[in-house]
Amino acid sequence: MLTAIHDSILMWLFGGVLCLLVILTVIGRALKRRNSSNISRSTIDNFNAQIAAWWKMCLVFMLSLVLGRIGSLVLFGILSFLALREYLTLVPTRRGDHRTLFWSFFVIMPLQYCVLGFQWYIVFAIMIPVLACIFIPTSIAVAGDTAHFLERAAKIQFGLMVCGYCLSHAPALLLLKIPGFEGHDARLLLYLGIVDQMNDLLQYFWGKLIGRHKIAWRVSPDKTWEGCLGGLVSATALGTLLWWATPFTPLQSAGISFIICILGFSGGLVMSAIKRDIGIKDFGAVVERHGGILDRIDSLCFAAPIFFHLVRYYFAR
Amino acid sequence: MSDGIHPIASLLAAVARGITGVQVQWAGCEPDVRQRIYFANHTSHLDFVVLWSALPSEIRAHTRPIAAKDYWEETPLRHYLAENVFKAVLVERGATSRTKSHDETKFVGRSLIEDMSAALGDRNSLILFPEGTRGSGEKVGEFRGGLYHIALRRPDVELVPAHLENMNRILPKGEYLPVPMLSLLTFGKPIQVEPHENKDAFLERARDAVSSLRRIGPA
Repeated sequence: MLTAIHDSILMWLFGGVLCLLVILTVIGRALKRRNSSNISRSTIDNFNAQIAAWWKMCLVFMLSLVLGRIGSLVLFGILSFLALREYLTLVPTRRGDHRTLFWSFFVIMPLQYCVLGFQWYIVFAIMIPVLACIFIPTSIAVAGDTAHFLERAAKIQFGLMVCGYCLSHAPALLLLKIPGFEGHDARLLLYLGIVDQMNDLLQYFWGKLIGRHKIAWRVSPDKTWEGCLGGLVSATALGTLLWWATPFTPLQSAGISFIICILGFSGGLVMSAIKRDIGIKDFGAVVERHGGILDRIDSLCFAAPIFFHLVRYYFAR
Repeated sequence: MSDGIHPIASLLAAVARGITGVQVQWAGCEPDVRQRIYFANHTSHLDFVVLWSALPSEIRAHTRPIAAKDYWEETPLRHYLAENVFKAVLVERGATSRTKSHDETKFVGRSLIEDMSAALGDRNSLILFPEGTRGSGEKVGEFRGGLYHIALRRPDVELVPAHLENMNRILPKGEYLPVPMLSLLTFGKPIQVEPHENKDAFLERARDAVSSLRRIGPA
């Protein structure tokens, strides 16, 4: 993957991201210092926290370029592990789930990344949706506690799906073999990250600017129809403009960006609903030092597997 | 007690911190080298190590756990860990008011307080789990009397409540493999025995001091 350094298009794309981040960081600092009256303090702090998170995401991406294929898998494997840890810390489980949880952390999750490393595609695709889906309820049943049985099995299964299965499709992009695009797979990962995260930012931006009608105020008070559509249109436009870095035509790029944006929105909304259900505002708010990974990857989780399968089905060999 | 921390103790503390990712919050007091008894809820074997590892090293070097003799002397490994590594004060378990006959309670209780007071000396601090045994974690169990008697005996020592959260999910009683969930540790405001306060009232208040530190709502 070190060949990625010599991929000038990738470097342009990544350089662009870094420039944008520098600009946003400067704006964030300036806002914090001036603290003008029409923007609230918490909005500015929120904005700065988001920028800090993007720097970390850039660091993860850069590390995965430097570390190569195996290194990237290990890196994303660790991210999955930490995300699952955060999820299960806050989602109540029972004493009888202990061994099932142990298996989830130390067997199922590492296996998911191992089969990906061996490019054993079929097993990669069925590991959590099929095999874990059979294993988890069986293992809880063996433990003998039947109270809230279905609920407990579902909670653990969903955690593995989101933190393990879905997230593992992001590094899986690096293993795709697309004719005429060999050695450039890292661009796909960056493309996904840019469109998805810009969608988040633009939704927020449009929402603050012209947002009036709430979509689901009970779940996420920040999400408005205006913000969502504005973000969707502008992030899709941005994705379309990045077609030159991908194996897609401009029209295909528009379609794919559109899908990424829709999925990014639904990922964010679903994770908000879970947080509401548990009774917290952010996953990171309760477990400060370690927390916040789930808050950052929520929109990516749903977009990654669909993006991967679309590209694999239509473009890969 | 010889000075310094056993290297195995430091190692185990680091491992426990890694597994539990413990977030420490000093909500009611600051870390201090003065003599204290930290008392906490008890749900896991990791409780002591995590609480101990959360203390700054100069305090840690003079802080010893109170542990049940019957359990920690059962096998040579346990005995070695308790005696040599963590320099635990091994005591007979204090009784809850219901479990033992009156005379027996008095007798065990007295030697327990003697042992604890001797272990405190003039510079040490102690870590005590007044429930006397590991609970399920759903709520803090009834406290045994030792905390009250040592508080009367040593009014110079500060009693600091601490609450450990999620430890029962990381390594519950009866399991030997940990699940690496995140845990929280909160230190509360020191309490003391009020004038004319009887034993049961004090123990109830001490228990409330611990359980009120809970940060993640009940499941």
